Amino acid sequence: MSRDPSGWAPRSVSRRDFLAATGVAGAIGLAGCTRAASSEPKEVNIAGSSTVFPIAEAVASDFVQEYPDINVSVSQTGSGGGFSNFFCPGMTDLNNASRSIAEDEQTQCSDNGIEPIEFTVGTDALTVVVNPEADWVDCVTIDELRQIWRADGAERWSDVREDWPDEPFEFYGAATVSGTFDYFRETVIGEDANHRNDYSATEKDRTIVRGVNGSPYAIGYFGFSYYSENPDAIKALAIDNGEGCVEPSLETAKSGEYQPLSRPLFTYAAKESLADPAVEKFVRYFIEKAATDLVSDVGYVPITEEEKRKNLDRLDTALEDLA
Amino acid sequence: MAAETRTDETDFGEVSRLKDRVFESVTLAAALFGIVTLAVLLVYVTVDAVGWLDWQFLTSPPHPLAEEAGIFPALVGSIVLMVLIALVTFPLGVGAAIYLEEYASDGRLTRFIQLNIANLAGVPSVVYGLLGLGLFVQLLSFGYGTLLVAAFTVSLLILPIVIIAAQEAIRSVPDSLRQASYGMGATKRQTIRNVVLPRSLPGIMTGTILALGRAIGETAPLIMIGVPTTVFGVPNGLFAKFSAMPMQIYTWSSYPDTAFQYGVVSAGVVTLLVVLLSINSIAILIRNKYQTERS
Repeated sequence: MSRDPSGWAPRSVSRRDFLAATGVAGAIGLAGCTRAASSEPKEVNIAGSSTVFPIAEAVASDFVQEYPDINVSVSQTGSGGGFSNFFCPGMTDLNNASRSIAEDEQTQCSDNGIEPIEFTVGTDALTVVVNPEADWVDCVTIDELRQIWRADGAERWSDVREDWPDEPFEFYGAATVSGTFDYFRETVIGEDANHRNDYSATEKDRTIVRGVNGSPYAIGYFGFSYYSENPDAIKALAIDNGEGCVEPSLETAKSGEYQPLSRPLFTYAAKESLADPAVEKFVRYFIEKAATDLVSDVGYVPITEEEKRKNLDRLDTALEDLA
Repeated sequence: MAAETRTDETDFGEVSRLKDRVFESVTLAAALFGIVTLAVLLVYVTVDAVGWLDWQFLTSPPHPLAEEAGIFPALVGSIVLMVLIALVTFPLGVGAAIYLEEYASDGRLTRFIQLNIANLAGVPSVVYGLLGLGLFVQLLSFGYGTLLVAAFTVSLLILPIVIIAAQEAIRSVPDSLRQASYGMGATKRQTIRNVVLPRSLPGIMTGTILALGRAIGETAPLIMIGVPTTVFGVPNGLFAKFSAMPMQIYTWSSYPDTAFQYGVVSAGVVTLLVVLLSINSIAILIRNKYQTERS
């Protein structure tokens, strides 16, 4: 019997075609992978603050166009979430933070043999926002903010000031993994009280914009860039720290008038990761770019030349230590 | 048998043309509801995407300014992920289907496996994400959010669908062809290779490619296995961090700038849909090609 009865041949050919096609597709797919596997994969992994995220994104976006062979990834985990879940266990090279590293995080890092090195990458004006219809309020004192946001604090607007409406607050704030939360708690609420926990907590600042925009009696806080992108949807409150009301803006944050809510933003590099030339290149690039308009484009104050010099000194010292 | 004629009451009740018409309109409305909603969505998204979906968008990395934002790393990530998923699911899915249809006897074990596969096909994707996190990330240490972990996790997700589609295709091969092959002295393996597989290939291919279409739309398992929020380069290895289109679209939807929520997100959605529809049309082309060859 010949193994070629008419009618069967075309099918077996087409199967062969198919196998060839799959083979080619697979080969292309594998080639894409092995091309890089032959050399050390160059990666820079970043996690951390959603406040610093826009700066990191702008820097990374420009960086990969200059160094297309380095793959940069950024995750939004919140400053604290980034330190404890990613950076200190040694899974990321850099961690963005909207506050300085805490002591217990330092300990966790050194337990794992990770030495964090701090670089300042900008200044933010932490902004308290209300609904645009809330025409009764334009300026609050820090003390009033404390009344509003502390645990067992004010429940209704009229609890804080007599002439404010007798309506309940709706609270929108940063989640507890967020550096914004930590900074707000530290500077506004202080040691003696706790931040209230009956509020909508989120690491997605966009949710706060939506929530505050949706209710006339809502109040929230987040980094300045989310306000500067939505000036019509929400109203920023001026802050009175005893020397008159100061509106949040890039100018007042830069000049230091907007106190105490203007705060430095950081990125922390793991010293051990700096040994990788890709990471070192990225950190150097980040520091250079943090002093340019790229930072003000996304709604923060760029670092000064002096801060930049300090950052570079710190980087060079770390590199000398490694060598 | 004296027939008891019941002219006034039949089992069908009263004949009513009006009811008939109403019923027809109700079913038509049901049929149109989904299609119209989808059409409205497509029009909305496409209108919003106009002016944003351009060459610059397709070839640039993400950027916080809407005008400079691009989807390139996520586009490449999605396609590479899909190729890997295909390489994993096709042999596993077809292998399992061949065993279940051709070799397994119709015993308790087979029915148990069969029942489980049918159930697995309905398990929510976030559960597969957890499985991927536990198995590939923590137990096997393939790394957080890497390409390989994502490929295996999503492969597991669509594997039941591929197996079921392949089984259907294999089952549709007439038994007479197998008997003829045996009659010519062919072994079981030869029969499967020369008779069953070529015959069922169009069905298997269609099922696999449609499942792949579902795979590249998945976001939940990717979030669970720790795929980064944003990636700025194309994946340069199996253990590289990567991003996929649905992931990037989800990220953009929470950006402060409203230009992202409308323009850039829509442009991303249109890109994703175009890739999806191209895959589905490839599936249809392949099926048609094989079907005409057979007849």
